[in-house]
Amino acid sequence: MPQLAVTVVFFFWPAGQAILQSVQREDAFGLSTRFVGLENFASVLADPHYLASVEITLLFSVAVASLALAPGLLLAVMANQVTRAGTLYKTLLLLPYAVAPAIAGVLWLFLFNPSVGIIAVALRRAGIDWNYILNGPQALLLVILAAAWKQISYNFLFFLAGLQAIPQSLIEAAALDGADRRRRFWQIIFPLLAPTSFFLLVVNIVYAFFDTFGIIQNVTQGGPARTTEILVYKVWYDGVVALDLGGSAAQSVILMAIVIALTAIQFRFVERRVHYG
Amino acid sequence: MKQIITGAALAVWLAAPVAFAEPVELQWWHAMTSVNADRVNKIAADFNTAQTGYKIVPVFKGSYAETMNAGVAAYRAGNAPHIIQIFEVGTATMMAAKGAVKPVYQLMAEAGEPFDQNAYLPAVTAYYSTADGKMLSFPFNSSTAITYWNKDAFKKAGLDPDKAPQTWPETLAVAQKLRATGVPCGLTAAWISWTQIEQFSAWHNIPLATKANGLEGADAVLEINNPVLAKHIQNLAAAEKDKSFDYGGRTTEPEGKFLNGECAMIQTSSAAFGIFKSGAKFDFGMAELPYYPDVAGAPQNSIIGGASLWVMGGKKPEEYNGVAKFFTFLSQTGLQQKLHEDTGYLPITKAAYEATKASGFYKKNPGREIPVLQMTAKQPTENSRGLRLGNLVQIRDIIAEDLETVFAGKSDAKPALDDAVKRGNDLLRQFQRNTQQ
Repeated sequence: MPQLAVTVVFFFWPAGQAILQSVQREDAFGLSTRFVGLENFASVLADPHYLASVEITLLFSVAVASLALAPGLLLAVMANQVTRAGTLYKTLLLLPYAVAPAIAGVLWLFLFNPSVGIIAVALRRAGIDWNYILNGPQALLLVILAAAWKQISYNFLFFLAGLQAIPQSLIEAAALDGADRRRRFWQIIFPLLAPTSFFLLVVNIVYAFFDTFGIIQNVTQGGPARTTEILVYKVWYDGVVALDLGGSAAQSVILMAIVIALTAIQFRFVERRVHYG
Repeated sequence: MKQIITGAALAVWLAAPVAFAEPVELQWWHAMTSVNADRVNKIAADFNTAQTGYKIVPVFKGSYAETMNAGVAAYRAGNAPHIIQIFEVGTATMMAAKGAVKPVYQLMAEAGEPFDQNAYLPAVTAYYSTADGKMLSFPFNSSTAITYWNKDAFKKAGLDPDKAPQTWPETLAVAQKLRATGVPCGLTAAWISWTQIEQFSAWHNIPLATKANGLEGADAVLEINNPVLAKHIQNLAAAEKDKSFDYGGRTTEPEGKFLNGECAMIQTSSAAFGIFKSGAKFDFGMAELPYYPDVAGAPQNSIIGGASLWVMGGKKPEEYNGVAKFFTFLSQTGLQQKLHEDTGYLPITKAAYEATKASGFYKKNPGREIPVLQMTAKQPTENSRGLRLGNLVQIRDIIAEDLETVFAGKSDAKPALDDAVKRGNDLLRQFQRNTQQ
């Protein structure tokens, strides 16, 4: 029962509020409220910046998920083979996960800030005109790297656990059958890691969608010219900074629908094809 | 979500046991950090010891936008503070919230506090007054945009270190000369929309929007796609190519480029003085903003930025009496003079300005009078009294976005400004619709 109460208070009530506000137009102080039906949704969907934000979010989350998954797996495979000081390596590799997104953003900001960043200065010396304050693709690249970097640790941990759960006998049997390292990985280990990979894919995409706000806020504030404005950032900006509650709520509702749909599709169709060892 | 969190925090705070004290408590929410936060606390403490009837409780609420949002959420939850500091771009939103705020002129009259609007500097109060001159909010920290230049860099480049360029053509030429002698960037500008569009328009006596920049009606439309601004932005974009001008971000980020010696000139708030004074490892000077001599009427006067104190509605009369007393306290000549001398913010009363002058402060600190002179040199016109545009926070961001596309070389100035006008006007109309009762 307490769990139900928590769900109602922290999930259903806010969601209900969002749906209610999404069909209203209001001034900031709530002094005049009008019911406008689906007008907020119509104007959000007709806004070219909203559609651009959808594209950016898709690009951003796919890039973050792949850049966080592949190195996570690589590091896990390598750490799994380390025989000496393994715990030390593992602890060090886990550290970035303990860093809050906002702090991660600031760390990367210090490295890459065009005026004071160490790496930015090195890039400039090397003849690259590094200025993410004006250059959109560079800004997007920077927030993708920062967001992915933070998530690698998490992926590493789960991949490592997945690897250690694979029975050693299977791998030894394959080795006796003459399979080389490469083949053992792609034909035995990787398929057996599929449930872990699938779980991590979902988690990483959700992370990129929702938890990267702190990084965007600290590094680019969605700029330059909205090139790094992901959907969640736009919801926050329109609601909190711009005090356009109707428009912001409509976007929240759309986001909610996207997430529900994504989850349903993934669990219904993809999960069936995942081989659970 | 945010509202719920704020509401919950407030509920916890209200439920906490409160010691019963004699004086009436007055909440003052503000957005000041570091040195300025200390100053806020000091002012409150001084007021609390100067009298016994009331107690001002200053509460830091985050950035300007966060403070405003907290105030809005608290009002909706019925827990608004008595006094809240709102940045100048939020003025139209607060003004439109009839019933949610208590106009200052009304507050002072009802409380029977002596209050002479003529005692205040019109250049400062006009921004926060109705079209017929009634003061709605109480100016707290007001600044204006000025030029700072790095004297050491000028000397190295063979330029006169004691003379800043006065016009835009001179400024751009000097910036190129600085570049030619190896300075990484000639000129930068903080608060890009505020300095290069809003201040620029007032300074050149050209309208930013119709209806006296919105002061005379919520149906104002933007007019920033005019030839003067288009030419100016195009000039900056051309200068961006060789870094004689270098864009550095939308708010205060460019100040870092000046502080570390990268850019030899910057246009930013007069209140940045404190940061430069304590952080710069070089000698710097302060000068008026440059102008285009071929624009008739330039230079006019610049306008203010910063924040003012709004009084929230629905409080008890005795609480309002306390707020009125606090505003009288804030208007004292000695206090205003000290604030002005310490911070680079403008004095808000004529008496404080005169007292600063009489004390010889400006003689000892050359350049510190520039902001006041620049704002008061001429009688403000309807293009230079101030701005009253709804959704100005987003309009500023839209302008910044469009300018970014120009500085990145992806668009010419005119189409970018056309785009800003079109999108800005949509926001103005949306605000008009939302606030119609």
